[in-house]
Amino acid sequence: MNYFPDEVLEHIFDFVGSHKDRNSVSQVCKLWYRIESYSRQTVFVGNCYAIGPERVAERFSGLKSITLKGKPHFADFNLVPPDWGGFVYPWIEAFARSRVGLEELRLKRMVVSDESLELLSRSFPNFKSLVLVSCEGFTTDGLAAVAAYCRQLKELDLQENDVEDHRGHWLSCFPESSTSLVSLNFACLKGDINLPALERLVARSPNLKSLRLSRAVPLDVLQRILIRAPQLLDLGVGSYLHDPDSENYNKLVTAIQKCKSVRSLSGFLDVAPHCLSAFHIICPNLTSLNLSYAPGIYDNELIKLIRHCHKLQRLWILDCIGDKGLEVVASTCKDLEELRVFPSDPYVGQAAVTEEGLVAISRGCQKLNSILYFCQQMTNAALITVAKNCPNFVRFRLCILDPTKPDAVTQQPLDEGFGAIVQACKGLKRLSLSGLLTDQVFLYIGMYAEQLEMLSIAFAGDSDKGMQYVLKGCKKLRKLEIRDSPFGNAALLMDVAKYETMRSLWMSSCEVTLGGCKALAKRMPGLNVEIINENDQMEFVGGCDDDRQKVEKMYLYRTLAGQRRDAPEFVWTL
Amino acid sequence: MTPPLLGGVEEVASSASLLASSTSVESVCENGSAELKERNYMGLSDSSSSGDSSAISAVTGESKTSLNLKATELRLGLPGSQSPERNSDLCLFASTQLDEKPLFPLHPVNDNHGSSMPKNLLLGNKRGFSDAMDGFSEDKFTSESEVNAMLSPRSSQNLGLKPGSILENLSSQPVKAKELVGQKPAQERPLVSSDPRSNNRSSANNSTVPATKAQVVGWPPIRSFRKNSLATLSKNTEEVDGKAGASALYVKISMDGAPYLRKVDLRNYSAYKELSLALEKMFSCFTIGQCGSHGTSGREMLTESKLKDLLHGSEYVLTYEDKDGDWMLVGDVPWEMFIETCKRMRIMKGSDAIGLAPRAVEKSRNKN
Repeated sequence: MNYFPDEVLEHIFDFVGSHKDRNSVSQVCKLWYRIESYSRQTVFVGNCYAIGPERVAERFSGLKSITLKGKPHFADFNLVPPDWGGFVYPWIEAFARSRVGLEELRLKRMVVSDESLELLSRSFPNFKSLVLVSCEGFTTDGLAAVAAYCRQLKELDLQENDVEDHRGHWLSCFPESSTSLVSLNFACLKGDINLPALERLVARSPNLKSLRLSRAVPLDVLQRILIRAPQLLDLGVGSYLHDPDSENYNKLVTAIQKCKSVRSLSGFLDVAPHCLSAFHIICPNLTSLNLSYAPGIYDNELIKLIRHCHKLQRLWILDCIGDKGLEVVASTCKDLEELRVFPSDPYVGQAAVTEEGLVAISRGCQKLNSILYFCQQMTNAALITVAKNCPNFVRFRLCILDPTKPDAVTQQPLDEGFGAIVQACKGLKRLSLSGLLTDQVFLYIGMYAEQLEMLSIAFAGDSDKGMQYVLKGCKKLRKLEIRDSPFGNAALLMDVAKYETMRSLWMSSCEVTLGGCKALAKRMPGLNVEIINENDQMEFVGGCDDDRQKVEKMYLYRTLAGQRRDAPEFVWTL
Repeated sequence: MTPPLLGGVEEVASSASLLASSTSVESVCENGSAELKERNYMGLSDSSSSGDSSAISAVTGESKTSLNLKATELRLGLPGSQSPERNSDLCLFASTQLDEKPLFPLHPVNDNHGSSMPKNLLLGNKRGFSDAMDGFSEDKFTSESEVNAMLSPRSSQNLGLKPGSILENLSSQPVKAKELVGQKPAQERPLVSSDPRSNNRSSANNSTVPATKAQVVGWPPIRSFRKNSLATLSKNTEEVDGKAGASALYVKISMDGAPYLRKVDLRNYSAYKELSLALEKMFSCFTIGQCGSHGTSGREMLTESKLKDLLHGSEYVLTYEDKDGDWMLVGDVPWEMFIETCKRMRIMKGSDAIGLAPRAVEKSRNKN
């Protein structure tokens, strides 16, 4: 291989797509490292604090697209205080300085300020695609800057972000000359939208394939948009409040009939509970359906709709569909690969689905490989059946709303059920546990879950042994997050070197003490061990007291960048 | 279907003197070991925080002298946990689940061997105050436990700020004895801040309206964006879709002399009688107060019949405000029409209601 000119190697490496593989390629020898580095165009950084932006820009000189993730996963559930970190500004600034030819920026759980968006829009003339997932810190002013200055913008995708709406006319900031838009998703915005500007934008974007509207877009505008853009592949309906007998509704039906290409349907953010029948005509073409933000749809309407969706591969719904509804899904959607069932009333704590729905799905949908299931109860028998029916799970996330609930029939812990899952699903990469669980389930996980990369534990286990089984057994573990479980220093310190093979470890409300964390930090300088100390719970006194002082929240991650300099007061890096 | 409450114990409300709560819970303490102790809000039980206990409290037949302050307790149960009235499930369950892990311990649980103070487990009750004090000195980590963070409606900010310190883990040793809740975790600071609201929570012992569900920080694990959206969306949908359909129809109910109002879902009832019974239960606590102050056998157990007498007597009248803004007497129009026109209700003192009835009758006559 050494006798090939660089260009040939580069060409060969072009066929190596995944990050993991490219990382492996780059470790073969110095030459390969060099070539792979300058030819890699898409970079993935799973933890924005694991490495500094300058180093990334330096190594990957051909960088065009970067994905960055910031806060730990449990930040989604309010377990991380708001100012913890995850700022994107330093990255954008460093890339601008290094003249990186950035074209695509994908961020998850990061803090994005309006300044960063403005800097972004002005610094990269070829910038094409901005995808923000679960981010915060920006307003519609920032969006206006992106709209105005990114002349080649193809994709603006905002998913579940917390955006402050300044009721500006950001949509009208897209210049009249901009015709390149392919994907526009602003469903998470809460404020008013300049509707005429939206219609004009859609009218002059012949390449528009994906459009997801916010609640501010009413039915008549939707209808006009659909007439203009029958080529849409992905549609997110905004508001769906209407009077079924009205003129508008009839027009809508006609417009929908023309949208033969729609493969993905979502939204219905404000919905009148009946009359989804207008969409029945496109249902047979759908491969993806997301009705998880539409609590107003009654289960019978949902079921009627789903009966038409024979080709569905991905379904996100609310639990008001019920077990019976899931049986309909099971009998209709034979190609289903991913299912997510969310609780329609997360505060009251009652889910309308039980283990029966899950079993029905497993019987009907043999191709299922990814599930997120919020339910009222579960049994070992059901899990064992599911494991037998669907051995192809790659992601299995079960959330029983009552976090330590045992088997609803036998009152036993759910160890055996989850054990069956990990044993049968040889390719399982992600697992979230809930229900009453003892150390036994972790023994099973350590034994069988060989491909497991991410594990989420809450209110489970009896002793340090549980965590130890996992750390010992799961060789491919990358992310481990634990809350409210009795794992302490013995488990934490059992194999400190392992943490450098992982991206991160989160432990909150467990038994680890300050002393244990300090010991770990001392032995592993390549890790940042952060203690999140809200409300001055702890005092940073040295001495033997450390061993009695429990740490409320600890987050550790491997890093090449050393201690981060933007940590707030309540975060101590040991 | 009501989910059985796992391992939860509510305190027994015996002869309610001040505040009537409905049926009390008796959780049977089967494990006769010394760990199971009675506790109550005032820490009046004689089995005070001894060193070896693992803070289980089974509250059995609470002494009659202790005040039932259950109603003033801040209830902190997990989502899905029930208010004390749903007892039968609880009892049965409680008695068979000795080895269950505590659902939701507020403090680390000690085994028999632990020498530290009894850790208290939470499941909907607060620890007795004296216990709380004992706990403070020994467990510095939990001295400022912000259990309060979980009280739902106003705690949305708290959820973010207050850490999950409340949700302390189980002890590292398997807990043998059943962990029942009777202890209320120390809540000094939160208590102070929440006092004005604690009374609100107290009458959450009602069986018709679900008690304000306390929340565990970060549970269920749903993205906050989604949680907030769903909350707003379902509220809007309710408002939009007031009529036809299965959505709830909540109306406010005020009672003269009561410090706060209630809300009921009119769709839960199919007739006036059901509504009337529910309201009686809901507002009984206030009436008893009245009863006591009027000198009628203050400490007697208030029976339903007495309550009915009270409400059906000349004391109170149930009225509602209709779509036109007029106050009408409840009971004149058919139930279906009532549901559609009722905007809110008021339990008026009989004396105030003079003159209401004739007008109301006239109005409904005009309508018909």
